[in-house]
Amino acid sequence: MSLILLAVAVLVLGGLAALITSRSARVATFFGAGAAVVGGGLGLVAAIGALTGGTPAALSTPWGVYGVASLGLDPLSAFFLLPILGLSLLAAIYGAEYLDPRRKGGLSGLPWLCFDLLVASMVVVVLARNGLLFLVAWEVMSIASFFLVIYDHEKESVRDAGWVYLVATHLGTAFLLAMFLSMGHAAGSLEFAAMGQAAALAPASVGAWFLLAVVGFGTKAGFMPFHVWLPEAHPAAPSHVSAVMSGVMIKTGIYGLVRTISLLGPPPVWWGWLLVAIGLTSGVLGVLFALAQHDLKRLLAYHSVENIGIIALGLGVGLLGWSTGSSFLMVAGFGGGLLHVVNHAVFKGLLFLGAGSVLHATGTLDLEQLGGLSKRMPRTALAFLVGAVAICGLPPLNGFVSEFLVYVAAFRGASGGSAEVAAPSLAVLAGLALIGGLAAACFAKAYGIVFLGEPRREVPAHDPGWAMQLPMLVLALACVAGGLAAPLLLPALADVVAAVTGARSLELSSSLAAPTRWLGVASLAAVVLLALVGGLTLLRRALLRNREVGQAGTWDCGYVAPTARMQYTASSFAQPLIRLFRVALRTREHLEAPSTLFPADASLATHTPDVARERLFHPMFQGLNELLSRLRALQQGRVQMYVLYIVITISVLLLWKLE
Amino acid sequence: MHPASIVLPASGLVLAPLLFGLINRTKAWFAGRRGQPLLQAYYDLYKLLHKGAVYSRTTTWIFRAGPIVGLSAGLVALALLPIAGMPSLAAFGGDVVLFAYLWALARFFTVLAALDTGSAFEGMGASREVQFSALAEPALFLALATLARISGQLSLSGIFTAVTPATWAAEGSSLALVAVALFVIVLAENARIPVDDPNTHLELTMIHEVMVLDHGGPDFALILYGSSLKLWVLGGLLVNVAVPVRTGNPWLDGLAFLSGMAVLAVAIGVVESTMARQKLLRVPHLLLAAGAMSALALVFLVR
Repeated sequence: MSLILLAVAVLVLGGLAALITSRSARVATFFGAGAAVVGGGLGLVAAIGALTGGTPAALSTPWGVYGVASLGLDPLSAFFLLPILGLSLLAAIYGAEYLDPRRKGGLSGLPWLCFDLLVASMVVVVLARNGLLFLVAWEVMSIASFFLVIYDHEKESVRDAGWVYLVATHLGTAFLLAMFLSMGHAAGSLEFAAMGQAAALAPASVGAWFLLAVVGFGTKAGFMPFHVWLPEAHPAAPSHVSAVMSGVMIKTGIYGLVRTISLLGPPPVWWGWLLVAIGLTSGVLGVLFALAQHDLKRLLAYHSVENIGIIALGLGVGLLGWSTGSSFLMVAGFGGGLLHVVNHAVFKGLLFLGAGSVLHATGTLDLEQLGGLSKRMPRTALAFLVGAVAICGLPPLNGFVSEFLVYVAAFRGASGGSAEVAAPSLAVLAGLALIGGLAAACFAKAYGIVFLGEPRREVPAHDPGWAMQLPMLVLALACVAGGLAAPLLLPALADVVAAVTGARSLELSSSLAAPTRWLGVASLAAVVLLALVGGLTLLRRALLRNREVGQAGTWDCGYVAPTARMQYTASSFAQPLIRLFRVALRTREHLEAPSTLFPADASLATHTPDVARERLFHPMFQGLNELLSRLRALQQGRVQMYVLYIVITISVLLLWKLE
Repeated sequence: MHPASIVLPASGLVLAPLLFGLINRTKAWFAGRRGQPLLQAYYDLYKLLHKGAVYSRTTTWIFRAGPIVGLSAGLVALALLPIAGMPSLAAFGGDVVLFAYLWALARFFTVLAALDTGSAFEGMGASREVQFSALAEPALFLALATLARISGQLSLSGIFTAVTPATWAAEGSSLALVAVALFVIVLAENARIPVDDPNTHLELTMIHEVMVLDHGGPDFALILYGSSLKLWVLGGLLVNVAVPVRTGNPWLDGLAFLSGMAVLAVAIGVVESTMARQKLLRVPHLLLAAGAMSALALVFLVR
């Protein structure tokens, strides 16, 4: 416990030191990034200790008028600390090179203060065992990330994204405030332990609290349709911040939801249905909107919505298992969902850092402008490829392992359970398969268009320096290790799921034994696969030795002057799927078709605005605006009127008090 | 372990290209031609393996990795395929997921290899491939979930061992629906009519064939062999459902399986001789219908 608190202190002090030394950008970067590295390292040691057999630690200190503030480090908190600290540490190293200190005069330490505060607040969020402390840390996290989002505040689109984010995150917090106040009122204390007991005493309100948690935490996590801020804010932030926000900050929403579920205790079966429904919506629509994007980081942001959907599917199946007493569904569902939290942090962090390297080198993220980068940025290309294969859930990388667990749980639910479990399990199976197929399509597009083929426009391109390469290398290796060594890592999940559901860890371990053994065989199959790839590569090389191997242009049907502009574009690649799902996507096309006998320029532009923003939130805020504008009648601009208002207010208050 | 449970999977390695010969012979018979020799695919493989290669200047190592990853994934999937009531070489719970995702991995690299050439034709094929496979995948999972519901098992071996004449008697309607859905999936995943025409000669209308347009020599041999394995393995799923011969003698059961594969190849030939290819815009309907049939089969079971 003291180690993790030391890590928080290092982060805060390092951030302040960066601010103070702002005059020299180099010193500020040293303090800011150094604090994240040292603090992250210390925290990782503490988290790993807590996961590998350490006893759950707790700490309560008096906290002025608010009573006591409690902190705790149980397996669930430690499990979330791993990706938070690990990815933040790597992102800080990356950011030290990525944030060009010469570009911003003046407060070069401020982004680093915000970054360190963001990391520290995420740590406190998962440690807090008191509603008020949790909300304070939650708010610091939102504010710090807001300032990081508007780092490029000279651009209007960035400021706009920042506002959307600020409004959305506070709307979500409002729901959390309501939930914590209501739970605290019922419990008579804001301590989590007391709230957990209150849940048992007030079964009528538990459902409402759960719904508040789904909306409040779902806004941070990016559940559809509360995801609207996500595709705006994540691309706007500097890339290493995008990695942290998309990789781990949104996971604090998942943490909050899981923690609340653990407090609210044995769930009715509809909780599982609700999360499965949310997971399917977020997963399928998230990946469809990703397919329709032309901006690489925006595409990745929508994929976060998709992966949050997969996590929700896992949690939903886990809840179904919990409510019907199936410990296999419980451990495989929750385990798969929570493992996907870590896996997504690894590969999404990798992909955002890769996208950042592309932006750093070429100055653009527009898919239609890029192409053929793998020849000039071979290392970035390889790292991005690893991330792309992992996020599609393909073997032998880490994404496969967590999706495997969710699939197996759903198969068990579909094959054995009663209709109330079998029906949602089937929906999970079909949904995951569709999501998987669409994600593969989307990343074939992202990787194929950006890194393969010929450049569509002349842009400068080169691999970044070591500080940006090293984090990508580490994350790529983590993708491979998470895939091949999964059977060794899996047993730790039993403790984590036990911390959520209160089930005995031993019973969960025995339920987890079978999937662990299966993943062992799957890992073996993956090794065989890699060996076959190696063997066939050697065979091909042996066959081609001493034979004529020529070079030529790509087959072009005999056309004499092919150009790079004739390649398939990202839009045309995705068009058939976009068209198939046009009911949900509502892509707008602006087509100027060639006309007359001697056609001049023709053009086609497509744009896919977010459906939830356009059809739900925009009309809602518009309506609210109109409603409130009626109050403008009060604003007369005459002093007498305002004096009258004051008199009326005082009289009403007096009457109320006198009564 | 019975020797037949090793010999039968290994027979796939040798016999897979023969399926192409059977299909082509059937089509030739319908057209009133003599047709290619039955062993033509073997001759082609031999010829290709003895050739050199020409690579496009645009391509990178991805282009060379495509055929290799594709064939490797197919070989591992072959080891997961149970045959005639005997468990596969590497059976484990949930191998269903690995099985489906191995094909997805193969497809991902084939698509990337196509995009690596920078050719509009290959981009077009790749785009169609990812579209149709995204729809075929849920159909495959629903079909397998139906079979898992019948057997209560999570491994391919458990699932297909449980399909016996007795289960056909009890759950015949569900199994028949699953068999039809699997047949559509086999046709779609293996680029056959009515989804794709392996014999078309216009790049614009192809799907699978256009993606491998720039491959030649040994690389193309790997692709050809890999696609014959894919037809063998996915066809094997269907034959396991449709030909549940359980005499108790593994050799006889295995012989029934192999005859089933031959009949499947002839059936594909008949489909290709009697049907035209669907319009590309219609193909999704076909795949959705396959998914709907699997879902319906499940409703019969869960009701």
